[in-house]
Amino acid sequence: MGYNLKMRVWRGDASGGELGDYNVAVEEGEVVLDAIHRLQATQAGDLAVRWNCKAGKCGSCSAEINGRPRLMCMTRLSDFDESETITVTPMRAFPVIRDLVTDVSYNYEKAKQLPAARLTPRDPDGKRRMKQEDVERGQEFRKCIECFLCQNTCHVVRDHEDNKQAFAGPRFFLRYAELDMHPLDTHDRRALAQEAAGIGMCNITKCCTEVCPEGIKITDNAIIPMKERVVDRKYDPVVWLGEKIFKRSDRGTRSEEHGPA
Amino acid sequence: MTGNRTDAGVDTGIERHEYDVVVIGAGGAGLRAAIAAHDAGARVAIVCKSLLGKAHTVMAEGGIAAAMGNLYADDNWRVHFRDTMRGGKMLNNWRMAQLHAQEAPERVLELEEWGALFDRTADGLISQRDFGGHRYARLAHVGDRTGLEMIRTLQQRAVDLDIDVFMEFTVTELFRDPSTGSGGTGGRISGAFGYWRETGRFVVFESPTVVLATGGIGKSYQVTSNSWEYTGDGHALAMRAGASLINMEFVQFHPTGMVWPPSVKGLLVTESVRGDGGVLKNAEGERFMFDYIPEFFKKETADTIEEAEGWYTDKKNHRRPPELLPRDEVARAINSEIKAGRGSPHGGVYLDIASRRSPDFIRRRLPSMYHQFKELADVDITQEPMEVGPTCHYVMGGVEVDADTEQSIVEGLYAAGEVAGGMHGSNRLGGNSLSDLLVFGRRAGHNAAYHSMRTKQRPTVSAEQVKAASAAALHPFEVEGGENPYTIQTDLQDVMQRLVGIIRTEAELRDSLAEIERLKERAKRLSVEGHRQYNPGWHLALDLANMLVVSECIAKAALERQESRGGHTRDDYPTPDDGWGALNLVLTLPSDSDSVDLKHQPLPVMPDDLKTLFEES
Ligand SMILES: Cc1cc2nc3c(=O)[nH]c(=O)nc-3n(C[C@H](O)[C@H](O)[C@H](O)COP(=O)(O)OP(=O)(O)OC[C@H]3O[C@@H](n4cnc5c(N)ncnc54)[C@H](O)[C@@H]3O)c2cc1C
Ligand code: SF4
Ligand code: SF4
Ligand code: FES
Repeated sequence: MGYNLKMRVWRGDASGGELGDYNVAVEEGEVVLDAIHRLQATQAGDLAVRWNCKAGKCGSCSAEINGRPRLMCMTRLSDFDESETITVTPMRAFPVIRDLVTDVSYNYEKAKQLPAARLTPRDPDGKRRMKQEDVERGQEFRKCIECFLCQNTCHVVRDHEDNKQAFAGPRFFLRYAELDMHPLDTHDRRALAQEAAGIGMCNITKCCTEVCPEGIKITDNAIIPMKERVVDRKYDPVVWLGEKIFKRSDRGTRSEEHGPA
Repeated sequence: MTGNRTDAGVDTGIERHEYDVVVIGAGGAGLRAAIAAHDAGARVAIVCKSLLGKAHTVMAEGGIAAAMGNLYADDNWRVHFRDTMRGGKMLNNWRMAQLHAQEAPERVLELEEWGALFDRTADGLISQRDFGGHRYARLAHVGDRTGLEMIRTLQQRAVDLDIDVFMEFTVTELFRDPSTGSGGTGGRISGAFGYWRETGRFVVFESPTVVLATGGIGKSYQVTSNSWEYTGDGHALAMRAGASLINMEFVQFHPTGMVWPPSVKGLLVTESVRGDGGVLKNAEGERFMFDYIPEFFKKETADTIEEAEGWYTDKKNHRRPPELLPRDEVARAINSEIKAGRGSPHGGVYLDIASRRSPDFIRRRLPSMYHQFKELADVDITQEPMEVGPTCHYVMGGVEVDADTEQSIVEGLYAAGEVAGGMHGSNRLGGNSLSDLLVFGRRAGHNAAYHSMRTKQRPTVSAEQVKAASAAALHPFEVEGGENPYTIQTDLQDVMQRLVGIIRTEAELRDSLAEIERLKERAKRLSVEGHRQYNPGWHLALDLANMLVVSECIAKAALERQESRGGHTRDDYPTPDDGWGALNLVLTLPSDSDSVDLKHQPLPVMPDDLKTLFEES
């Protein structure tokens, strides 16, 4: 059942590189990451690749397989014809460090710019109460494994390095939306989402949603509602007045809307 | 700091950093420790081998054990403490088990404070699920991706606090300053040495305290749920720095790992499948666990199918199904069924939830298991049973620490999480690791920070120490035409799997030690291709030394302990023994030798008021 897989794997570093041709013995039921590992163990000991869980849980093994952004550990060889050559290249939107490993620090920088959750005080018994249906939306977004495939795919940054400054990207719009929908959070991040994260630059092409290995509906469930809320805020005279008069620029109306249960 | 720094040339010398607390590891334990140390006012660095957020903790599925009493008001720390001690076959450090049970609930609520969204009960509290060995439904969870929620929450908190993170960075050596410190000969901890994986550039940390939070050792086995990171680095670093390890003979084989296809062999199938109603069957369709209820757990385990079935809905009047016995019991039972020829086609047994719960329930409660089987094995777990078998999962053994402070016998060196020993005795209950990370991570971080601040004269790292550490790290490049490190790793995994596995015998353990000696020799002569920039072959060559010393510890302690208890089963000594039950085996690495030393040490004695908890029922 095993066969010889023809592979082309990008080898190189920041200064340049090229596709290397390899023949790798593979077995039934294997995934692309298995083939890469065998290559590493038998033919190319210094082949650089990231991985941890081998089960689609950690988001380390992102790459482009035949040009499609995917997790190598969740891409089965049986998806391809045995005679087909599989080409594996690093994610394109991030600078290459070596072989399949890219510099994803952009994402970690963007993460730093996000204000974290600040909840209302606990109930008198020291616990907090939230309804299951109220946490489920946020839970969908928190399934994100930070594979950064959506970031890699989004055309706003994929071929436009200079947009990175102003644009946080779909993974972080998800985070804004998650915090915004948290039943007990007290911040209002709509202004930040618009101004610092550049949600306005997204023109809802949904490419991010298509590549998300967790199946998160990034565009429909996070970005579009977030865009709507940003628009609401801009034209909400009460918020505007509140901010002017009470100078509570870091608090919105949400704590009033959803007080502690 | 992200580690993605291609600017730093390899040859431009050695980078130096000064901190009060250096935390090695960015899993649950490391992140919680760093947050605590930061909160106590220390300057903190976190270092980790992978990117931030990818540590093993991310893979945890089932939940965090904490007696919050949200579903069963009768649950409290005493019950949790008792379950933990009994699960560990009373070999646990009682004080750690007590602190753990007492503090876990508050640690979970803290996560919620920082943004975690746990599943809820009907009245809006954090929901709790059933797991093996826990008397009440006790695990706070988020579907079956609790570890992801935990690591993301802690990661986001650490980022919010602006703690320095060195990612894709491996520590290869700890330093001590011989001119300082009380007692011990080597002096206090003075720092750590390591390299950026990306550039191969060396870094020296100067710090009066180091917290080890490096996780486990599972990569030394062939069939394992653990990743490449689990090479026992922290265990080995601690030993080389003069600290001691305990309980190394106890390795947890999780009863349910995937067995097919080969590519995913060992991948974990969460215990929640059984907690949520799944049962184990052999090829003949029998629920064989009823045949394997040990004396120790007879009183609390259902012995008929009727009673077991009743338990899922009415826990007061029914005893637990035997499928939810502690992991060591279930793993051994599965092993016996397979050996007796009643296994499934691919050498496992069946785990069936499809015939017992609705597809909807399964998809909602176990989404990532559903996904994992569907994508990787073409099995729809809502329609057919899974094939499962034991997989190396967790090491109970680790650095010997003081229960209250988490300091090892070396001044300034702390350990928390899977790398620390004592808390779980001879067997860990499911869910007790994530809570362990939080409780002892926080304690280690706090204590390290205080220790650091009390230090008037900071210990220093000498130029010779740095030189020696760099030379050791570069050694694999010096040998030409030597062996490939991947081959040696594969051979070690084979030895450990065959000779130091679930069921052990004296003859095999002796063989394993001889094999490990030979592997150690071969490892001295390995060589690596390429250069220092992001070179996995080189990284493995360095990690391999750690795997070897840790494997030796496991085999040596396993040979010494002539009884069966928890995660250590001897075919030639099949029952527990009270004499051995009062002893820890302590392992050290003498500085003038490259083979480990072993000694017996009496277990700390539990105070009488806690002993009474074990007299009732
Ligand atoms: C599949 C799976 C499911 C699990 N499910 C559960 C569960 O439901 N409930 C439960 O309680 N437990 C569970 N466990 C166990 C639990 O997840 C682990 O024991 C726990 O996460 C270990 O956490 P830690 O913080 O000690 O280490 P880890 O999270 O493993 O982190 C170790 C860190 O140390 C770093 N490190 C290691 N060596 C070095 C070095 N030399 N230099 C620098 N950094 C280093 C690593 O990069 C990593 O960041 C599960 C384990 C697995 C594998
Ligand atoms: S929907 Fe928006 S964020 Fe997503 S890929 Fe398109 S432009 Fe980018
Ligand atoms: S949203 Fe999806 S694609 Fe984007 S980083 Fe998260 S898991 Fe990956
Ligand atoms: S290795 Fe974790 S997602 Fe692929």
